Amino acid sequence: MTAEIPTVDPEAAPGPDMRAEQGRNALTGSRGGKPRRGGGGRGEQAMVPEAEFTSYYGRQIVKPSPWEADIPAYFFAGGLAAGSSLLAAGADMTGLPALRRTARLGAVAGLSFSMVALVHDLGRPSRFINMMRVAKLTSPMSVGTWILTGYSPFALLAGGAEVAGMLPFGKGSRVVRLLSLVGRPAGVLAAVGAPPVAAYTAVLLADTATPSWHTAYRELPFVFVSSALAASSGLGMVGTPVSQAGPARRLALGAAAVELAMERQMERSMGMTAEPLHTGKAGRLMRAASALTLGGAVGSLLAGRSRFMAVLSGAALMAGSVCTRFGIFEAGQQSARDPKYTVVPQRERLQQGQPVRYHG
Amino acid sequence: MIAKNSFFGPSDPAPDTGYKDPPPRKGFFTDTSICIGCKACEVACKEWNEVPDDGFNLLGMSYDNTGSLNADTWRHVAFIEQRKPLGHQQPGLRQPAVDLGMPAMGSTNGEPAASTAVATEETPDFRWLMSSDVCKHCTHAACLDVCPTGSLFRTEFGTVVVQPDICNGCGYCVPACPYGVIERRKGDAGTKNVGIAQKCTLCYDRLDAGQRPACAQACPTESIQFGDVDELRERAQARVDTLHEAGIMDARLYGNDPNDGVGGTGAFFLLLDEPEVYGLPPDPVVTTRDLPQMFNHAATAAAAMLVGAALSFLGRRR
Repeated sequence: MTAEIPTVDPEAAPGPDMRAEQGRNALTGSRGGKPRRGGGGRGEQAMVPEAEFTSYYGRQIVKPSPWEADIPAYFFAGGLAAGSSLLAAGADMTGLPALRRTARLGAVAGLSFSMVALVHDLGRPSRFINMMRVAKLTSPMSVGTWILTGYSPFALLAGGAEVAGMLPFGKGSRVVRLLSLVGRPAGVLAAVGAPPVAAYTAVLLADTATPSWHTAYRELPFVFVSSALAASSGLGMVGTPVSQAGPARRLALGAAAVELAMERQMERSMGMTAEPLHTGKAGRLMRAASALTLGGAVGSLLAGRSRFMAVLSGAALMAGSVCTRFGIFEAGQQSARDPKYTVVPQRERLQQGQPVRYHG
Repeated sequence: MIAKNSFFGPSDPAPDTGYKDPPPRKGFFTDTSICIGCKACEVACKEWNEVPDDGFNLLGMSYDNTGSLNADTWRHVAFIEQRKPLGHQQPGLRQPAVDLGMPAMGSTNGEPAASTAVATEETPDFRWLMSSDVCKHCTHAACLDVCPTGSLFRTEFGTVVVQPDICNGCGYCVPACPYGVIERRKGDAGTKNVGIAQKCTLCYDRLDAGQRPACAQACPTESIQFGDVDELRERAQARVDTLHEAGIMDARLYGNDPNDGVGGTGAFFLLLDEPEVYGLPPDPVVTTRDLPQMFNHAATAAAAMLVGAALSFLGRRR
C-alpha cells in the first residue's frame, strides 16, 4: 500500500489536443471482463434500501406532480357540476322543479369553486389566460380548458335562469324574462357539455409518467364519471324533497355500483402499481371512499321513504366522491415518490425480453 | 399536424414539428466511462443560465450533494460507490499504477461483490461510477406534448425548451416527464422564474450563436460531447465497441435507440451499470404513446355517463 508519486517526463506529456483525444478513449471499468448481465442484473444491492430492485440512494425517479389539494378538490367539484347539469336537464324535461333547482345551483357552485381552485393551483395565477393562447389536442389540460370554456357559460346561464325564477321581485324585467327563456336550452347544452368535463380529468391524470395514474388509464375515466354522478345525485337527494328525488336515487344507486365495480377492475389491471391505493394516506382515503359509497348506495334504497335517510345517504355519496378523488390523487403521488413503482415494472419488462420498442 | 410517428417511433423532431430545412438535430453524448466527477458541468450550467442555488446541503450520498435534476439543477453529477474492480485509466504516460489507497471494503452480507472480475492489488475491489445527467431532449417529449400553453416548444435544433414568459406554472410537465427532469421552481417572490417550469435548454442561446453548450464547453475530459445527434450516435457505438473489445462488458448505451419508448433521446449516455443504478428509468416510455387509447376510453365513459343519467329519468316519475 505504498503510494508512489509518479514522475512525469515533460517530453512525454501530450499536448492539450492529444490529451483530450486520449482522455476520450481511455479505458475504464472492470477490466476483468465481467460479462454484461442480460437485463437480469440486480446491480449493487448494498446501497439500496430494498433488495428486490436497484435505485440511486433510494431516491425517486419520476417527480410527483407539484399539485396540491386544489386539484383533487377540483376533480370533485367539477364532477359535481357536470353530474348536476345532467340531472338538472333531466329534471327540467320531466317536470321536477325542485330537483332542477338543486342541480342547477349545485352546478354553479361546483363550477365556481373549480375555477378558483384551477387558478389558485398555478405557479403564476396571473397568467391563467395563457391557457387559452393555444388549443392542443396532445395536452389533456388544454383540451380540458376548452371543454370547460364550452360548458361553463351554459351551466352559468341555466343557473342564472334558476336564480331569476326564485327572485321575489323584478318578474317583469327584461333580464329576468330573457333568462327564464334561455334556461331550458342553456340547460340542455350544459348537459351535452357536461360528460366531457367529468371524463377528461381521468385522462389528465393518466397522461403522465406517474405510475399509479398511468396504469389506470383504461378504467379511470369510468371511475371518475361514476364518482361524479354519485356525488351529484347525492346532492340531489340532499337538496330535494323525496317526492321529486326519484331519478337522483336511481342514479345514485347505479353510479355507486358502477364506481365500486370499476374501481376493483382498475386495481386488477394496474399490477403492482395498485399497491399505493392500499397504503398510507391513499389507502385510508380509498377505504373511506368504498365504505361511504357503499353506505350511500344502500341508504339510497331507503331514501324514498325518509328525508333523513336521503340527506344521510346523499351526504355519504358526496363524501365518498371526495375520498375517491383525493385517494387516487394521493396514490399517484405516493407511487411517484417511491422509485420501486418506476423501476420494477420496467425491469420486469426487460427481464421478460419485452422492452417497449417501436415495431413499424 | 399528426404524422404517423407523432406519438411513438423513430422521427426527426424538428422537421416533424414543421421546420423547413432545419439544421441537423443537436444533442449530447455523455460518456460516463471518462467522467471524473469534477462537476465543472454543474457549475458552468449554473453560471451561464443564471440558475439559482438549490440549497447548500450535504446529502450523505458520496460526493453528490445536488441529489437529482430539478428546477435549480440542470446538470447533475451522480456518484455511485461500488465494490467492483476498477479498471485502470490508460493515459498513455506509461506510468506505474498509483495506489490511491482506496479502501477495499468487505461486503456487509459476507458475500463477495457481484462480479466475476478478481480484485488484485492492481485493481482494487472498489469503483466509483460518475455520471453527468441532463435533460434527455426526447424525440417524443411528454413535457412538450402535455404543455397546455405552448410554453414548451421544439426548437429548430430538435431540442425542447421552456419559454419562461409564457409558462403559467400549471405543473403538468412535471409528472409527465418519464425521467423526472423538469420541475417548477420554488422560492421567494423575487427569485428568477419562480413558479415556472425549468430545465436544461441545451443552451439554446449559445447554439444560436454557434457555440457549444456551457457544460460541454467546461467538461475537461470530454465526457460530455456535443454535436449532431446522428454523428454522436455513431461515435457512441464505436466507443462502446471499443470498451467491449477491451473487456469492459458493463458498458452499454442508454437512450440511443430511435425505436425505444421515447423515440430515442437527443441526449444519450454510455453507462457502466444498469440505468436504475444511476437513477435513470430502465425502460422509459412517453406517456402520450397511449393517449389515443386514453381518449377512446374517456369518450366511452362520457357517453356512458350521458346514457346513465338519461336512464335514471325513464320509467317512474318519482
